[in-house]
Amino acid sequence: MAKGFVKIVAERCKGCGFCVEFCPTHVLALSSAFNQKGYHPPYVSEAEKCSGCDLCGMYCPDFAIFGKRYPVGGTHAR
Amino acid sequence: MHADPGAVLTGVHFLNGDQACCEGALAAGARFAAGYPITPSTEIVERFASRAPEVGGVFIQMEDELAASITLQGAVWAGARAFTVTSGPGFSLMMEHLGYAVMTETPCVFVNVMRGGPSTGLPTLPAQGDVMQARWGSHGDYEIIAVCPNSPQECFDLTVRAFNLSERYRVPVMVLMDECVGHMTEKVVIPPAEQIEVQPRRLTAKKPGDYLPYEPEEDLVPALAHAGEGYRYHITGVTHDEAGRLGVNAAAQDKLVRRLCEKVRRASEDLASYELEGPDDADVAVVSYGITSRVAERAVRLAREQGLRVAKLRLLTIWPFADSAIRDLAARVKTIVVPELNLGQLVREVERAAAGQARVIPVSHAGGTVHRPEDILSAILEGVQ
Amino acid sequence: MSNAVMEPGTLVQEPEAHNPVEPFLRMERIPHIWCPGCGIGTTVNCFARALMNAGLNTDKVAVVSGIGCSGRVAGYVNLDSFHTTHGRAIPFATGLKLANPELTVVVYSGDGDLASIGGNHLIHAARRNLDIKVICVNNLVYAMTGGQTAATTPVSSTTATSPYGTFEPTLNLPQLLEAAGATYIARWTTYHVKQLEKAMTEALKHKGFSFVEVLSPCPTLFQRRNHLGDGLATMKFYKEHSQTKHGASTADTGLTKEGDIVVGKFVVKEREEYIEGMTRHFTEHLGRPFEFKVRTC
Repeated sequence: MAKGFVKIVAERCKGCGFCVEFCPTHVLALSSAFNQKGYHPPYVSEAEKCSGCDLCGMYCPDFAIFGKRYPVGGTHAR
Repeated sequence: MHADPGAVLTGVHFLNGDQACCEGALAAGARFAAGYPITPSTEIVERFASRAPEVGGVFIQMEDELAASITLQGAVWAGARAFTVTSGPGFSLMMEHLGYAVMTETPCVFVNVMRGGPSTGLPTLPAQGDVMQARWGSHGDYEIIAVCPNSPQECFDLTVRAFNLSERYRVPVMVLMDECVGHMTEKVVIPPAEQIEVQPRRLTAKKPGDYLPYEPEEDLVPALAHAGEGYRYHITGVTHDEAGRLGVNAAAQDKLVRRLCEKVRRASEDLASYELEGPDDADVAVVSYGITSRVAERAVRLAREQGLRVAKLRLLTIWPFADSAIRDLAARVKTIVVPELNLGQLVREVERAAAGQARVIPVSHAGGTVHRPEDILSAILEGVQ
Repeated sequence: MSNAVMEPGTLVQEPEAHNPVEPFLRMERIPHIWCPGCGIGTTVNCFARALMNAGLNTDKVAVVSGIGCSGRVAGYVNLDSFHTTHGRAIPFATGLKLANPELTVVVYSGDGDLASIGGNHLIHAARRNLDIKVICVNNLVYAMTGGQTAATTPVSSTTATSPYGTFEPTLNLPQLLEAAGATYIARWTTYHVKQLEKAMTEALKHKGFSFVEVLSPCPTLFQRRNHLGDGLATMKFYKEHSQTKHGASTADTGLTKEGDIVVGKFVVKEREEYIEGMTRHFTEHLGRPFEFKVRTC
């Protein structure tokens, strides 16, 4: 069960791949699709593995992704 | 607003021009100076270094003039009135930051005690070879203000004026002294603080969020906010819009640079400051500034003793140039004689403003000492014919 | 987000959640100008978090930049910011700090700006131990102007102005800064985001001249010309070739083109800070407390 989630602003992404590479739980993958600037942004491929650690947010040079933990005792189900 | 009495040495003093300039800066509210030693300007900051601790001020000797000329601007944005002091070679190094002050509209004062150049030139001897550099030395289009004292008393008075003009128009203002004026010792009367007008900084009344750092007021001058007060503004030397956003394009450049120039051009007549003396029917007028005006004084006296009708005009503000005063003068005299301690700089401005209405005779001098009055007299005699 | 990237498994939860870095940025100016794979934005993430960690009133924090890619940081941070001239961020910051010592003054710029054209100021600010925090993003090259050789370019690198490779010796910044008298010196890379965040936090809290060097990829102008891959490849290189050595002798922190990178906190020492020294000195001289009254406007 996911402890957190990531939020992606795909149009800000320049496709560097830092978030995908350094996500410690391998939540992300680069999309095959393009954003409007022609880059491949990430998408969440393994949502349940996300710990919400925000390492993706720290790596992202374009401020296009961040992670957040769910509140303790809360639920990820929406 | 008046000067802070705690820093004004009211009274009659015997000071050299450099020392008087320092007292003028203190009277104008300057409590921050950044400098780098260079003859013949150093006595200004030597005195400031001595006086500053008593009044809570800071003098920092920077590693070079590049540093000094922008350290003072950092201090301004934190709320200080600040200045730097230099001479020829240092002035050359400061040119980029003169432009930065123009572009960022940083009120500050640059004092240049002119010596002979180019390069190291004549470190200890006078010249007036930097007057065009003061006007055009930084790259790009801009307008600038420069005042030019001819006595220690005026070094005090015009330094106060320089600070006031810099605050009024948000431009760097130059005090163009020369080695003779800087090192000449004379009586200097420092008035009581309440008689010294100090122009307050144009601080914004707007709240953070409403404030744009480069939004001009009616006279095209924007109001300023200091760092640390929550405005979170961006100040940049890149062409920018009113919000400080970079605008690297022709339209933004046109809008900004025209305003920067126009705010000074529009005030040119107010800024022009000169002394005109002599008969209305003068045949010849001598136009001079700085130390040369004192030699010209002697030449004019000698000419008048020979029965010649000679007027004299002394520029206290060199930039903006006193176009209309020279134009009017040229309309009524046959000849304008222009002695200066360079090989012909401000004489070009005189020729431009005279626009052919009068003959213009330069009396050039490469610097190192002052003119012989006889050389100026010869030009006057030539001008009468 | 465009539908094109909504691949299976994409979850966008808590739509009201915001990137914690956003309050520290001028979001209307984003996207920024930095290239894909450039690490400058990564350093800004660390800086934003360091500001939070340090618990500073950000109204009292000013960022001063010089010219260059890293010099553009000033334009993006939602703080009082000054984009100054090439090489002169430190002297501008010196004036700002001296006129209002309450400000936390951060100089954020690049290696060319701080260490080459501004090298003299770097040395003397460190000598004075003035309480400013210098973040030097080192991408080993002059990037904004097209990738010319810098004082920091490793020997044998190809650059726009060294088509046959560089032969000049390379400046070792931590060693320079230690010799000059900096009292906090750390180096990390953009791979080391947590360590960098910590180093920036420590620098913000340190009383005295602090220097944090961050190695950052310039895939467009350095890595490409040197066939070192893209930004991600550089990040992997940092991961594989960095050796953390806290307290390392700065004589051993020189950089080579493809050699190991010594990272860590190299210098932390106590020495009288400039403004403290000035205050003590003039208090002794005056025989009464010296009070700053520089802000007369």
